[in-house]
Amino acid sequence: MFESQEYITIKKEELLEKTAPLFKSGHRLVQICCTKLPDKLIMDYSFDKDYKFIDYRIELPLEGASLPSITGIYFAAFTYENEIHDLFGINVIGNALDFGGKFYRINETAPFNKVVKKEVKNA
Amino acid sequence: MSDILKMCKTVVSSLRKKPFCQMYPFKPAKFYDHTRGHIKLDASKCILCSLCAKRCPTGAIEVDRVKGSWQINRYKCIMCIECVVACPVKPVKALAVENQYAPPMAKMEMEMFDVEVKKPAPKPAAAPAASTPAE
Amino acid sequence: MPNRTVIPFGPHHPVLPEPIHLDLVLEDEKVVEAIPNVGFIHRGLELLCEKKPFQDMVLVAERICGICSLVHGIGFVNGVEKIMNIQVPERAEMLRVFWSELSRVHSHLLWLGLAADGIGFESLFMHSWRVRELVLDIFEETTGGRVIFDAIKVGGVKKNINKETLDRILKQLEKVEEEYRQIADVFVNDFTIAHRWSGVGLLTKEQAITLGAVGPTARASGLAMDTRMIKYGGYDKITMEPIVETAGDCYARALVRVREVYQSFDQIRQAISKMPEGGETEAKVTGFPTGEYFSRVEQPRGEVIYYVKGNGTKYLERFRVRTPTFANIPPLVQMLAGCDLADVPAIVLAIDPCISCTER
Ligand code: SF4
Ligand code: SF4
Repeated sequence: MFESQEYITIKKEELLEKTAPLFKSGHRLVQICCTKLPDKLIMDYSFDKDYKFIDYRIELPLEGASLPSITGIYFAAFTYENEIHDLFGINVIGNALDFGGKFYRINETAPFNKVVKKEVKNA
Repeated sequence: MSDILKMCKTVVSSLRKKPFCQMYPFKPAKFYDHTRGHIKLDASKCILCSLCAKRCPTGAIEVDRVKGSWQINRYKCIMCIECVVACPVKPVKALAVENQYAPPMAKMEMEMFDVEVKKPAPKPAAAPAASTPAE
Repeated sequence: MPNRTVIPFGPHHPVLPEPIHLDLVLEDEKVVEAIPNVGFIHRGLELLCEKKPFQDMVLVAERICGICSLVHGIGFVNGVEKIMNIQVPERAEMLRVFWSELSRVHSHLLWLGLAADGIGFESLFMHSWRVRELVLDIFEETTGGRVIFDAIKVGGVKKNINKETLDRILKQLEKVEEEYRQIADVFVNDFTIAHRWSGVGLLTKEQAITLGAVGPTARASGLAMDTRMIKYGGYDKITMEPIVETAGDCYARALVRVREVYQSFDQIRQAISKMPEGGETEAKVTGFPTGEYFSRVEQPRGEVIYYVKGNGTKYLERFRVRTPTFANIPPLVQMLAGCDLADVPAIVLAIDPCISCTER
């Protein structure tokens, strides 16, 4: 048996206003995930309450993308936001606990967002 | 009082029992039928088809059908048994899972088995061992 | 204002088997703020999906964690089966439930032992692990491995268990449960343990929700949240209720785990009794995955998320794991603020940290 899931695409500017009501109604932040597609990045913000899964999706350009931070609403988002900054090179503005690219101690910058994707050396 | 001595029952009762651990080097280790120790090749059965090398997810096996050698890198092998499943020799497969673990090795090197080349390979181009997806 | 001191905790510390670093800002003996620092062992496993076909990714997923390896595998195959529309045979589903509950037993026993060790209760630690060995024996008998089980594959399971073995396992479980009862009694009733953990590391229910706590950490704060309730895999045929404690301290977290072991024993028996006789253990897998799915399963440590996205080739486009410890780091930071320095190890242990999974 599988739960049904729906992915709602929203605009980057709407993120905070969509997230705040969820916080008020007692939803929990499940995860934030970034996916690299050949032509864009997609961000998934997932929330859950009473086992009901809500997913907001934002599309971002491959390079020089930036996002508003939701740590003002969900403080727990700081781990995810530091992660996507370190792995995908997305600039998250206003992170409440910003590690400044030192969350993961890795040599390369944004290893998951390489333009030549297939030649990842230390996979 | 009894609240802080709850553990005593277990501790005292284990005083009367034999040690739970086995005296390992003096007594043989306990194995089950499924225990995955190491992969063993029966060199007389192998037909050097290199299906095992193709299937292996870590690229631990290398088969050279010209020279007639079958090698395994025990450090890479993760004992997933895919190679044993893939081996086509019937009725008894050329590869088997042994319960006993592989003997310790001081250096990371391939373990080599010499396999007699029985007949010229039907299509030599079909399976060079280096084409495993993982490296 | 008192002097503030910063004390580094970790990355190497006696209670931590894995590296996590905490910068503890102290005012006298009280921790004012804790700044977590992970990332010492980032492995980049998520990128491996570009190099390994999706069937082989199960092996990678199982190796993300050494304790709940099997449930990681189930999380991954669950997602792939959903996007490929594979109907897993019932026997395979029940075997998966059987093994994942057995994993929960052994993982919780491991944690109970480690937690007892963390407060200096050595004999309890050893006896917990002695019972755990009996569980590992069942694993070795049925799957062939003691740590990495390799029993799961896309479309079903790799190993089948015959009737006689199942009967023997049921008998063995009786024995394990009886041994466990003695140990659980110590955890529930012993004065020293209650004294050491009560009121330490408080997390209220509201904080648990807003900080996204998962698993026993959330349930100990009164949040009835157990991902098994979404009835993935074979759990639609298993009856269960999430185990909830309301105190929200370290002792409640231990009690949740103690009680969950009994629940797992019950679920193992249910799974065995509902297992159909004979029948297939794997479905045929044809084609390549297309589509995307967030697969959520309940691990011993909490909810794990597998995001799989296939694009019709044999390589997945994206493979993402969000492990329970990753979600439990913000609650950990909250719990540490305001506690005593001497309580820090107990609190860090109480979320059952698994740092290697956190960083994948
Ligand atoms: S057991 Fe698995 S990893 Fe080891 S050689 Fe066989 S296929 Fe390769
Ligand atoms: S699959 Fe079997 S027969 Fe073929 S090369 Fe490997 S061991 Fe030999």
